[in-house]
Amino acid sequence: MIRILLMLITVTFATYSNADMMRMAVTTSFNNSGLSEKLLPAIQADLGLEVQLLIVGTGQAIRLGEAGDVDAILVHSQKAEEAFVAAGYGTHRREIMYNDFVIIGPTDDPAKIRDAKSAAEALRAIVTSQSLFVSRGDDSGTHKKELSLWSSTGIKDEDLGPWYRAVGAGMGASLNTAAGMGAYILSDRASWLNFKNKTGLGIQFSGDPVLFNQYAYLSVNPQRHAHVKHDLAVKLETWLTSLRAAEIINTYTIDDQTLFTFNAE
Amino acid sequence: MNDLWNGIQQAIWLTLTLDADLVEISLRSLRVTLSALFVSCLIALPLAAILAVRRFKYRRLIISTLNALMGLPPVVVGLIVYILLSRSGPFGVLGLLFTTHAMVIAQVIIITPLITSIAHQSLRELWSEYHDLLISMNTSKWQRIKTLLWDGRRALMTASLAGFGRAIGEVGAIMIVGGNIDHATRVLTTAISLETSKGDFALALALGFVLITLALAVNFTTHWLGRTEREGRW
Repeated sequence: MIRILLMLITVTFATYSNADMMRMAVTTSFNNSGLSEKLLPAIQADLGLEVQLLIVGTGQAIRLGEAGDVDAILVHSQKAEEAFVAAGYGTHRREIMYNDFVIIGPTDDPAKIRDAKSAAEALRAIVTSQSLFVSRGDDSGTHKKELSLWSSTGIKDEDLGPWYRAVGAGMGASLNTAAGMGAYILSDRASWLNFKNKTGLGIQFSGDPVLFNQYAYLSVNPQRHAHVKHDLAVKLETWLTSLRAAEIINTYTIDDQTLFTFNAE
Repeated sequence: MNDLWNGIQQAIWLTLTLDADLVEISLRSLRVTLSALFVSCLIALPLAAILAVRRFKYRRLIISTLNALMGLPPVVVGLIVYILLSRSGPFGVLGLLFTTHAMVIAQVIIITPLITSIAHQSLRELWSEYHDLLISMNTSKWQRIKTLLWDGRRALMTASLAGFGRAIGEVGAIMIVGGNIDHATRVLTTAISLETSKGDFALALALGFVLITLALAVNFTTHWLGRTEREGRW
């Protein structure tokens, strides 16, 4: 028994050397879309670089970057990203790809948003009909987008009644909640398509240009955190903006639907 | 109900085919938790014996604090360990965050009070039986502690298994300090939570059944090695 335990301890504390390893915080929506499972092996093959992903909301990803606990972040909330660079935590912001947000709702569409002309009209219809709406409520990129949509619609906090449920969870967990309650929810298209528990839900509104969702890559500033693997982060940025990455991103489909469009310059 | 059956089927399938990812995360789960348990026992068992044998000023205070800490919320422990190990925190230079070491540290903090409290409770009763005998034999403090630990080994095993149970099923703390990184810090509980968030309930359940089986296997093995509940032994 003791011998087995000792063996286990040795195995645990044996330091395995990773030649090239870096950590990147990414948003739940990026990971839940399944694209990372295509990109990471390609990065490993091309650069010999192991990228360890921390799957968190945009808010937490930015905190991890500020603390220097990751070498780079890949998020989707332009204002927060620009503030991150302005405060000197990141070297610069590089746009990689985009997809779009969609409003998911019960298939019988109680708020009748399917024929809405704009996202604002759809949201107003949800307020008027007092239909259940699940909010991420976790300071993530999707949550920030949702809040900015409400404020641009002219709907104030006090208009959000008991039908508005902030769950404070990741994209997938929130979709599970929405499926359970038969509620409306804002999601990025990729996470929705890759989501497996679609019971009773469907895309009810999409296509408004305000629902555009840009992903950007930011490497952590080595002047602020000397230990970050900046050279690897730069290497990864070069790869992510290369034609090879473009091909993988543009050809990634689920159910014959393209999820992301590469737009790095 | 359908999800439940799918889960059971998938669990059996994954186990029978020895799915590489499954084996990897199961072994990691075991490694992290057994390491944490080992370290915890090194601290908790002697501490429990000292608390039973010795009388000192703050003994009561320590015991009631340890009892209270049995209910330590894992997510708070995770957050505190995260802040301490973060690059911007006091132990940042060690670079331990998002490694299995950080997970072990968090689990040690969670289970040590639990193991100490349970172990102390049984050693205290044993001590009241042995007290007169050991005193009359003029034993040293160290000999008394050794005797208690040896003769109380079955109860101590139960205490350790309680610690193991709490650690192997824990998700809140290791999610924060480990980060659930694929092929690095992903263990069974964090994988279950990830698959649930993806809406893949069958796979999540399958992993859950594997976790339960693993916990049972460890308990059976311990009892077998410890030769408890055998004929003629009470």
